[in-house]
Amino acid sequence: MGKVAIIGVGQSTFTRAYPGSVRELAFEGFRDAMKDAQISTKDIGASVICSAPEYDKQRSPAGVFAEYLGLNPQPTFYVETLCSSSSMGLRLAYSLISSGLHDVVAVIGFQKMSEISSAESQERMGRGADIQWESPFGTMMPAYYAMYARAHMAKYGTTPEDLALIRVKAGTYGELNEKAAYRKGVTLEMFANPEDRMASPVASPLRTGDCCANADGSSCIIVANEEKAKSFCKKPVWVKGLGAASTAVNLAGRDLFTGLTVAQQAGEQAYKMAGIGPKDIDVAEVHDCFTIAEMMAYENLGFAKPGEGKDLIRSKETYKEGSIPVNVDGGLLSKGHPIGATGGSQVRTVVLQLRGEAGAIQVKNPEFGLVHNIGGVGLYGNVTILGR
Amino acid sequence: MGKKDTDVRFSKFGTVSFTATTKVNDFIGSLEQGKVMGTRCKGCGMVFFPPRADCYKCLSSDMEWFEVSGKGKLVSYSKLEYAPVGFDKDLPYSIALLDYGTYKVFGRIASDVPEAEIKVGMEMKTVVNTLSNNQLNYVFQKA
Repeated sequence: MGKVAIIGVGQSTFTRAYPGSVRELAFEGFRDAMKDAQISTKDIGASVICSAPEYDKQRSPAGVFAEYLGLNPQPTFYVETLCSSSSMGLRLAYSLISSGLHDVVAVIGFQKMSEISSAESQERMGRGADIQWESPFGTMMPAYYAMYARAHMAKYGTTPEDLALIRVKAGTYGELNEKAAYRKGVTLEMFANPEDRMASPVASPLRTGDCCANADGSSCIIVANEEKAKSFCKKPVWVKGLGAASTAVNLAGRDLFTGLTVAQQAGEQAYKMAGIGPKDIDVAEVHDCFTIAEMMAYENLGFAKPGEGKDLIRSKETYKEGSIPVNVDGGLLSKGHPIGATGGSQVRTVVLQLRGEAGAIQVKNPEFGLVHNIGGVGLYGNVTILGR
Repeated sequence: MGKKDTDVRFSKFGTVSFTATTKVNDFIGSLEQGKVMGTRCKGCGMVFFPPRADCYKCLSSDMEWFEVSGKGKLVSYSKLEYAPVGFDKDLPYSIALLDYGTYKVFGRIASDVPEAEIKVGMEMKTVVNTLSNNQLNYVFQKA
């Protein structure tokens, strides 16, 4: 089996309300990646379109996008695993290329969440959980993750201030990311001031500042086999390891509440495939839909032992200059979280880092990067390891 | 002869139900009698809460009901200050998970339990509750 590379990455600016249709939004990330890869649509053998359904009216977006992006008559696929859709799309692209069916595949993620209200969006996201047995109690994503935060605090002594430190880090790098929706810095003082919006309770113990915000956005990753990668691209970034897992939707079917089993399992698979371990990772993008999610990711990916994630953020080891820089593009907390586009945006950041093209957020000479992308409340987990 | 009536009892479950028909509709019949029930597979003995009509372990669909009784330990909870569409009249409310050892129960903490008295690890029991819109669910009370 030959190697698989990423030869182009792109994303739209993530924004609160995109002033255009979903196909136009998808075009922005696609154009960015095509200019990066410097190839033409004829070079692409298939497209994989990734999003979570029900945020816009378009059914079966793959067909509409394939036309709008100039990717007819090539086959197109639709992949959905909620917030990890585009990482799962990358996994599909990897298999399409490894099997020899296609040489070059475009993975396009998108979400236009602004077509519905925030409360409607919470209701839809809540229905990404168990609609028969949980949603009738009035569940929503922040409350589920808040239950993990509460359990983590009870077992390990993690504090709300530890979680706030993660948001402060996100703000530090969000200010530098011109594609981020929220570019303002965040301070611990904001969390300490009950009048400040950051401190207002959402679902205890999580506060507004602990939660990422909805956004509109698109991303695109162009994936190629070894031969095409070497002919098209001066600095191909290789897919070294892939992992993916699923678990019970209903929390009643789970045993771990201080971490996500899907992240542990996907991480183990990806490390094994890449033949490396957590200490070899030079830069990581993790799924910080909530501050507690980044804290658990430190531990689930082996950057810290269980319960010691708080020590990593307290000592700033996950800042750009630290031993394991995490989310130095501002993460979902600063960029915003356009569900289907998020994984592709995370991959883009790591690819730019590995090429040495990350600008103000460039970490020093990275060899391996990791992307951790979670769908639902730890329902789906994808970990991808990339290398030079 | 008219069309056979469809059993839509499950639309009674929770503030807003998103499911009307299910093979475990008798769960609602039990709620109406003040009991919260799970299922046990007659083939292999697997215990399920929430109740299931089908066993993934031995593929049997021959199930018997058992009552959720005794005390469970509070695994975690969260008090919501915002709610999804359709649930705002219930605010504030707390969702929670109880561990009964061989199964767990996801639900709400009874609204009359003061938040200051809620602690992870405390013992609670599951009781049937009638909501203000006459829908049925179950809540956790101090054991």
